[in-house]
Amino acid sequence: MIPAEVFLTFILMLTIFLGFELINKVPATLHTPLMSGANAISGITVVGAIGLAGTGQQDISNWLGAVAVGLATINVVGGYMVTDRMLAMFKKKES
Amino acid sequence: MDTVIQFSYVISAALFIFGLKQLGSPATARRGNMISAIAMLIAIVAALLDQGIVEYQWIAIGFLVGAIIGGLAARLVQMTSMPEMVALFNGFGGMASLLVGWAALAPGSATFTLVTIIISILIGGVTFTGSMIAYGKLSERIGSGAVLFSGQQVVNSLIVLGILGGAVMFCLQPENINWLYLVVALSLVFGVMAVIPIGGADMPVVISLLNSYSGLAACAAGFAVNNNILIVAGALVGASGIILTQIMCKAMNRSLANVLFSGFGSGKTETTAVEGEIKPITADDAYYILEAASNVAIIPGYGMAVAQAQHVVKELAELLEKNGAEVNFGIHPVAGRMPGHMNVLLAEADVPYDQLLEMDDINPRMENVDVAIVIGANDVVNPAARENEGSPIYGMPVINVDKARTVFVLKRSMASGFAGIENPLFYKDNTRMLFGDAKESISGLVREFS
Repeated sequence: MIPAEVFLTFILMLTIFLGFELINKVPATLHTPLMSGANAISGITVVGAIGLAGTGQQDISNWLGAVAVGLATINVVGGYMVTDRMLAMFKKKES
Repeated sequence: MDTVIQFSYVISAALFIFGLKQLGSPATARRGNMISAIAMLIAIVAALLDQGIVEYQWIAIGFLVGAIIGGLAARLVQMTSMPEMVALFNGFGGMASLLVGWAALAPGSATFTLVTIIISILIGGVTFTGSMIAYGKLSERIGSGAVLFSGQQVVNSLIVLGILGGAVMFCLQPENINWLYLVVALSLVFGVMAVIPIGGADMPVVISLLNSYSGLAACAAGFAVNNNILIVAGALVGASGIILTQIMCKAMNRSLANVLFSGFGSGKTETTAVEGEIKPITADDAYYILEAASNVAIIPGYGMAVAQAQHVVKELAELLEKNGAEVNFGIHPVAGRMPGHMNVLLAEADVPYDQLLEMDDINPRMENVDVAIVIGANDVVNPAARENEGSPIYGMPVINVDKARTVFVLKRSMASGFAGIENPLFYKDNTRMLFGDAKESISGLVREFS
């Protein structure tokens, strides 16, 4: 049985290489939407925050988790919407 | 149930990767963003199914408040304010990771978990305050220049030492909560100290780097709460930010260390005198030259964003095309305040993306260009980067507008660019200066045409 921390580090290592391969091919014209889209993805912290906000313990972890849900949701909702707004404007020349 | 949740994370990870892949081409990018949003939705729903969750009211309140704020901000923001908006969202993501790391602290945590907690607090804290300062600089709420003071290096070193010491002590004595507070406080201070010495025009690097940090913070938080979807998504964002940072540094021919620590452009001026004289031109004369041109290149810079001139620029480009000229836009990678800033503004003004050429595509064509119009750009078209070995920007790749037959430079006044560097372009024989607000100058040209 692989210890959990080794397993997670393994995932991390593979994902970083995959990320480099994926992003290297993005053209300069899409750098702003890429950045704001990636920004929205970094709001994934909300998934971790949900578990902490819902423990019903009424302790500090619970409060911190609830605030984190709010902040990460701003990041997620705002990030995806603004990226979509930008991408909707990119048009090819009509010939 | 746990297996279902874990498999949902696998699907979610696959969709994140697929979505990012689709973001690689303008034709599929919008769908890619949608796929990535669906991936996020799946991950959130899966997380809500966790049996450890007994109370939903705080989660619901968090969702509601966050969605309202985020949704309104995304809808109301002006395209010219996009850099500060991205910085702001980025900061919230960092803060969320800090809080998750902190909240993950439970009595009897393993040392590995303690280390990841402290890392997520550190990166999250730096991302938060760093992004807030970047937001302040980009929106000009605080001065956008580099802030330097004597002993800055010493102060920063002490902060780093304090963070390291606090982090080690926290891992040794997790029951003493004061070590945690110390690291939280110092991380927040360090974020401020790291961004204040960086001037406005270096913002594309900073904002890319902070983007990367926000991903890495999520990643560290994933280790702290033992959740692999946070690790996968966080690492993808981290990698993307690092690549953008590299591209930006390369486009300025400077190392990351130089951008972060040198306080570039904080008032040092060169002494090399530039020969030649400035030749101003009126809108009338500019019109006659443009009317005769068959190949026009437009090179926008941050000044176009400040003047909100993108729509009139598009109008001018259309009139020139109607007049039979070929019109292209040359976009320098660090033009503006974030990667791809000019592209978004021009897309907003309905300029098709295949008309926007990257620096390496437009430079070989420059000799066939009749008129190159420089709108609010300075350092990115400075021929000193190519010719003058003594120039601070020597070696930086620039758009060679001086090779065009005629160059129009639209500029407010003769003040030097952000970096305080003389631009010999303004003194060249084939350069004509069109002084005034970029938007008004171009509107003037548009009026002459119609």
